[in-house]
Amino acid sequence: MITKRIIPCLDVKDGRVVKGVQFVQLRDAGDPVELATFYDDQGADELVFLDISASHEGRKTMVDVVEQVAAQLAIPFTVGGGIHTLDDMKKMLRAGADKVSINTAAVNNPNLITEGADFFGSQCIVVAIDAKYDETIQSWRVYTHGGRRATEWEVVAWAKEVVARGAGEILLTSMDCDGGKNGFDLALTKTVSEAVSVPVIASGGAGSAEHFLAAFVEGKADAALAASIFHYKETSVREVKHYLRMQGVNVR
Amino acid sequence: MIGIIDYGMGNLYSVSKALERLNCEYVISSDQKKLTQTNGLILPGVGSFRDAMHILNETRLSAFIRTAVQEGMPLLGICLGMQLLFEESEENGRTAGLKLLKGRVVRFPGVTATGEPYKVPHMGWNRLQFRHPSPILAGVEEGYVYFVHSYYVDTDDDSVVLASSIYDVDVPAVVGNGRVFGTQFHPEKSSTIGMRILQNYVSLVEGKGSS
Repeated sequence: MITKRIIPCLDVKDGRVVKGVQFVQLRDAGDPVELATFYDDQGADELVFLDISASHEGRKTMVDVVEQVAAQLAIPFTVGGGIHTLDDMKKMLRAGADKVSINTAAVNNPNLITEGADFFGSQCIVVAIDAKYDETIQSWRVYTHGGRRATEWEVVAWAKEVVARGAGEILLTSMDCDGGKNGFDLALTKTVSEAVSVPVIASGGAGSAEHFLAAFVEGKADAALAASIFHYKETSVREVKHYLRMQGVNVR
Repeated sequence: MIGIIDYGMGNLYSVSKALERLNCEYVISSDQKKLTQTNGLILPGVGSFRDAMHILNETRLSAFIRTAVQEGMPLLGICLGMQLLFEESEENGRTAGLKLLKGRVVRFPGVTATGEPYKVPHMGWNRLQFRHPSPILAGVEEGYVYFVHSYYVDTDDDSVVLASSIYDVDVPAVVGNGRVFGTQFHPEKSSTIGMRILQNYVSLVEGKGSS
């Protein structure tokens, strides 16, 4: 049967990897190609690159980064951030990305999901969802613009909508847990994973190998993503997978 | 020299970079004359079966591929490129394929026989199980390779299924007949095992080139 996937995420700004803690503080953590190769050797199943460049030049640099990574890497990777049009998708996929991830652009223009899926196939289209618990709706609300802007969407309704439009995978980030290292949001992950037919990647809050186990067993996630705990070598992909294997989780 | 068939749909860059890592010369082209001068072909593909066949037929590349195969040219289809080798697909309505191998392409039902739902696409790393020996699998272990697809090949011709993986159903993962091969997974994205399979194909092609 298929394995549970461990996915390191690299935030890239102007060609360098950085990581936002609670989306605000940034620390420099290295060269994207070097890090990608490092994670490949460690047994990472996939990688996600999020382009957080604000400038046009930074965005152009990202295409070069994608080409360099694709030339080196023999595992799949997803590129997100700054993708707003079919043409943006084409650029990244042509540069060698296996999937593109869209977030704000999907909410602003849900048709982009449909167009992308029709043109490139669902398997290339990842919709990233940032969600935060909201007492007033007794559920999680979807946010855009890197977590700065609340939308009208409740998370399950939005997840179902993106799948109906052809998203092949959902990258689900808990804003409540992100950066806290206290574990993934299991309730959110389970709720979304059970509501949709496509794979769900749990994201936000990874602090230990046990957290990954919980994301897969209790959270019903198909994959789990983390950044800082891997970048700052608090644990390694290899250690996490070893632990999961010992606990009976099917990993590569 | 390998000819990567460029028909506008596919992970040409990843495949070509993988060949570079193997020190294998290649051309990426839609030009039949250029492709004819190579020793073996790769048919990549990501996207919809219907769109892919439409383009292959319109550019007459489908006839070219069939003729080349009849004349003994090796061919490796990857992912959608593998599915295109078969008779037809039910993706977006019925579409005829290249008909080089027997079988049809159908969608994962997404529900087991006992009514349990499961995720589609089949996305991620799954283990190979060998079914028939083949030069394309020489030195390859029954390890994990990377799949991403919502449709799979359903065939009564067991002889063409060289390796399979289990995802609710038995999924043909490596297929082959004579010099025609296909992988449902992405060898160029399947780490060392994938690279070994590509290397085997390259060796097979180069073997022909030197004879």
